[in-house]
Amino acid sequence: MSRGEAIGLMLAIIVVAVAAVLPLILDGYWLSVALTAMMYVALATSWTLFSGPTRYLSLATGAFFGIGGYLVGLGMSDYGLSFWLMAAIAPVVATALALLIGLATLRLSGVYFVIFTLGLAEMIRNLVSWIQNNFLGSRGLYVLTDFTDADIYWMLLAVSVAIFALGWWINRSRLGFALRIIGSDEEVAKHVGIDTAWSKVVLFMVTGFFAALIGALVAPRYSYIEPNVVFSPELSFIVVVMALLGGIHRLWGPLVGVIPFTLIWEGITISFPNYTTLFLGFSFLLIVYFLPHGVVGLMQSLVRRVGR
Amino acid sequence: MDRRSVLRAACTWAAAAGIGALAVTSALAEDTVKIGVVSHKTGPLAGGEAVTHTPNIEMWVKQVNDRGGLKVDGGQKKIELIDYDDKTNPAEHIKAVQRLATQDKVDFMLSPYGTGFNVAAAPIYAKYGYPLIAVSAITDKIPELASRFPNMFFTLGSTTGFVEGARDTLVGLRDAGVIGNRIAMVNVADAFGIELADVARPMLTEAGFEIVYDKSYPLGTPDLSPIIKGAKAAEPDAFVAWSYPPDTFGLTEQAIIEDLDVNAYYTAVATAFPAFSAKFGSKIEGNLGAGGVNPDTPAMQAYREEHKAVTGKEPDYWASATYYASLQILEQAIEGVGTLDRQAVIDYIKTHTFDTVIGPVSFDENNNSERYWSVGQWRDGVFRAVADTGMGDSVKPVAKDGWN
Repeated sequence: MSRGEAIGLMLAIIVVAVAAVLPLILDGYWLSVALTAMMYVALATSWTLFSGPTRYLSLATGAFFGIGGYLVGLGMSDYGLSFWLMAAIAPVVATALALLIGLATLRLSGVYFVIFTLGLAEMIRNLVSWIQNNFLGSRGLYVLTDFTDADIYWMLLAVSVAIFALGWWINRSRLGFALRIIGSDEEVAKHVGIDTAWSKVVLFMVTGFFAALIGALVAPRYSYIEPNVVFSPELSFIVVVMALLGGIHRLWGPLVGVIPFTLIWEGITISFPNYTTLFLGFSFLLIVYFLPHGVVGLMQSLVRRVGR
Repeated sequence: MDRRSVLRAACTWAAAAGIGALAVTSALAEDTVKIGVVSHKTGPLAGGEAVTHTPNIEMWVKQVNDRGGLKVDGGQKKIELIDYDDKTNPAEHIKAVQRLATQDKVDFMLSPYGTGFNVAAAPIYAKYGYPLIAVSAITDKIPELASRFPNMFFTLGSTTGFVEGARDTLVGLRDAGVIGNRIAMVNVADAFGIELADVARPMLTEAGFEIVYDKSYPLGTPDLSPIIKGAKAAEPDAFVAWSYPPDTFGLTEQAIIEDLDVNAYYTAVATAFPAFSAKFGSKIEGNLGAGGVNPDTPAMQAYREEHKAVTGKEPDYWASATYYASLQILEQAIEGVGTLDRQAVIDYIKTHTFDTVIGPVSFDENNNSERYWSVGQWRDGVFRAVADTGMGDSVKPVAKDGWN
């Protein structure tokens, strides 16, 4: 292990340790803000695993997240199954779905994929509602557990750590190298013999798995699942904005974006409740124009400048 | 990196920080009772909230403050209302409720709009000991929820109670020879619509009805004419739709176009809205729907007049009055206790009977008020209750006679 890596690992351990003790210090409101931030850290980082290297903009987060929450609600409420069982099943279902979607769309070039994922959450919401309505029936999807905000926060922290570990491993693997080449020039990647479609599908499945897992873990916080609420297209966009703000060329980029964004978003929500969508669009513009490589990119070029 | 790009980046962050700084608000006024509410000002449920909740809150706060405030601690304190938007998003809702409880430290909180939001917020109300007098929350889980959240009260009935009301209305019409046994039933394929249809299917069959058409449609379906055409082709005697507001309007519009000839026509949520009658006028004479009130009591008449005078809007003929009643219950409980001790107020609500616009309200061992209207019928521009649980003042339903 090189010296740089050792320092990186030390830093990571310190950050995780600090994050882990937060629930013991924070009171109700700030803990719920931290929980929201942790959810977005996990979502944005898992989004970056796929969209960072490949540069395929995925808007499917809301769909997979919704599958997680919805399946937990369905299993617990209508079939009396345990939360843990459903939290284990949901990501597997989402992964299988990501496989199908990936095979169908990732062979095409970028823009088709973006458009398809945009409609995906809506399509899946209708599909699951249709299945539930025609075959399963329902008495309302309740997710009543004894989890506190702190429990959910710690579970999300564990998931985030797992995503980082996996991302670190992928970056060093042949797969990560292949994905970076795909992102730079897909034609070149094909010509050097990389199975581009399959590499993309595998990574897309990974993000689907994690988004559904996060959706499942957050479900107890909502207590009652309504399909038109958990399959939220807004969520997909927020995740993209946060990841872009932080910078998607480094695994820890989204982390840097999520925290300031969550705090500012909170401020906006409180002070200008009627302009949140405007703000979301505005920050999209600002980031794309002024911070194309995110906060991390900015920091790196500053560091280079000082070093020179 | 050149100077210009540093400058640009700095501007971006300065703008962001500026917006953030504006967010710091503080409203510290002495000697008020702080009451918090998290409402849906935007998003899918904003329409319902704006009809059923917001005007009542506005009117109640004005009334209490006009008479000098709430009588507590030996004096009077005015109400200071703190109101956040959650964009009809449960995660935002939960955060905002946390904020009210721990940052604004409000004395009491009002209940949110929608079953999901009441259930999602209940753990936080319970954690900080706030009474939650839920109105817009219809569920069959009342006993389970009440044992989990002993601070949560229910006022608008259960899913089963609602379907029973519709069944009893249809049975009454059949016994009177108005309709036969053939029912066309449709539902919106979303949480509450599926739940209602699921309860209704066996219940109607058991009551001897034949469901000759049973169809669902996705939430947000813009064209509902195939549904009405299909129902019409099945030649039913009665039409029942477990619908949400947009489709209550959409189905009725198509039923008029197709001249769906049934002697009983029922749509669920939003049939009781003033906008429904404003849109269709006399065409909906005899339409059945979820809700209904008894418009003849002096308390109800006074309430409707005052509502119109203060807010400029008509209340709906269902949950509006019940929501106002929930505010009256809170007001009477606080003044009955005489302090802002929330646990004492919860105990007071459990053990007392309250005089409200919908009549006397008290809660059983499940914190449930078993007095509510469940089915209404439009008669001369008024949506009168024709079925109820525990009210006993409903009128008999009559036949629907065409779409004129």
